[in-house]
Amino acid sequence: MSELVTSIKTPIRLEYSYTAGRASTRFLRGMSEGRILGQRCPSCLKVYVPPRGSCPRCGVATQEEVEISGKGTVTTFCIVRIPSENLSVKPPYAAAHILLDGADIPFFALIQECPFDQVRMGMRVEAVWAPREEWTTSFGNIRYFRPVAEPDAPFDSFKEHL
Amino acid sequence: MREVAIVSFAQAKAKRRELDANEVEILMPVVQEAVARSGIPKREIGFTVSGSCDYVAGQPFAFVSALDAVGAWPPISESHVEMDGAFALYEAWVKLQTGEIDSALVYSFGKTSMGDPAAVLTLQLDPYTVAPLGIDAVSLAALQARLLLDSGRYTEKDMAEVVARSRRSAKGNPNAQLRGDVDPAGLLTEPYYASPLRKHDCSPISDGAAALVIASAELAHKVAKRPAWIRGIDHRIESHDFGLRDLTRSPSTALAAERAGARSGRFDVAELHAPFSHQELILCEALGLADGVKINPSGGALAANALMVAGLTRIGEAARNLPSSRPPHSFSAFGTHAAPA
Repeated sequence: MSELVTSIKTPIRLEYSYTAGRASTRFLRGMSEGRILGQRCPSCLKVYVPPRGSCPRCGVATQEEVEISGKGTVTTFCIVRIPSENLSVKPPYAAAHILLDGADIPFFALIQECPFDQVRMGMRVEAVWAPREEWTTSFGNIRYFRPVAEPDAPFDSFKEHL
Repeated sequence: MREVAIVSFAQAKAKRRELDANEVEILMPVVQEAVARSGIPKREIGFTVSGSCDYVAGQPFAFVSALDAVGAWPPISESHVEMDGAFALYEAWVKLQTGEIDSALVYSFGKTSMGDPAAVLTLQLDPYTVAPLGIDAVSLAALQARLLLDSGRYTEKDMAEVVARSRRSAKGNPNAQLRGDVDPAGLLTEPYYASPLRKHDCSPISDGAAALVIASAELAHKVAKRPAWIRGIDHRIESHDFGLRDLTRSPSTALAAERAGARSGRFDVAELHAPFSHQELILCEALGLADGVKINPSGGALAANALMVAGLTRIGEAARNLPSSRPPHSFSAFGTHAAPA
């Protein structure tokens, strides 16, 4: 009697040459100069960082460039307790949504230089950059965010960005 | 059956490789143009549906971020098919038939150049017995072309003539990628790429996007001077087991044409999605098109073939190429057949 085939493996590998696009290219070039560049929607005036060249609310192109500081607020966060293959940081650690001052959309980043159980909503943080000689056209130039000695931001100031 | 018409169409100029813009940046002006030309305020469009493939984009959920090009606030009713935009049009048409909506925006995008399209298309084959063989789309099409030549119904010269006509017609299409006057006899002196296919028998790799707006009769009469009526629409699929089919014929196309009511009509224009020259011959035969039907006045997929876009583009081009002098009978067929196209 022949043996039943119960499963097979069919490995797939595809390679891509990714094109960042105009807006992301501006952002990534900014990164290589230690600058955080966002774009403002001409219609609703919201500032997007990183920019994707459009306002997803209005469906119009964003063109006006806005330089954003590296300071911001933790809007929400989670404690990660599961190790990840591509991350050197050891769990448990805090991954947070950070709303930079002057931006209208938060992004994910790590919070370090602070015990993970002290990370909280409204906490004020700042970007910690890699040494200048290591800067490339990558968001990875910002290693992580760390707390700054400032009073927490009031909930109302970031409640729309959870 | 509710009467439905195409009231506007827009497309991006096809490019071999778009190095500047990402998908959203390619798509946004196209969507804006289609909406503006429709004469229907964006907020009043009842439904939005897109066709794209994440394997083409190389990113999971690429179709979600593509919505950035539309502006989905306040929340819109929206859907997506992991298929050519032609099938997104079908979904929109069905939704209009339910009476739930009176208009819909349909769009598709494909930045084909970022990956290897022949390898990407392999992933639509049977994942257990065919895809693991690693056969790519061009090789499969070549096997099909070989069978067609061996059937004695067509010659390599017929294929070259399809290419020459495509290139010639594309001269009138500013969005086409390949155009010009080529001599069919000269084409036959070129080396084989995947025998019996020569490079020109294969569609180019293209980056592009297309969008159109459809509307109910009442609305279409109000907003459009010359709405292009969709008199029939149907789609059929054949077995994905190549051994069960005669690869030189496309009964699914013939059946779809019959069910769409296209067997009895006469046509001025036929836009056929045939990404390989010999596939146009198979489609024409299956459709039983009479002599004198203008086939692929846009140049067809041999002139530009952004994956997931080229099918919707055929329908848009058929609408755009309606003769203005008399009530036209345009016919647009979108055929993915035999070899994966």
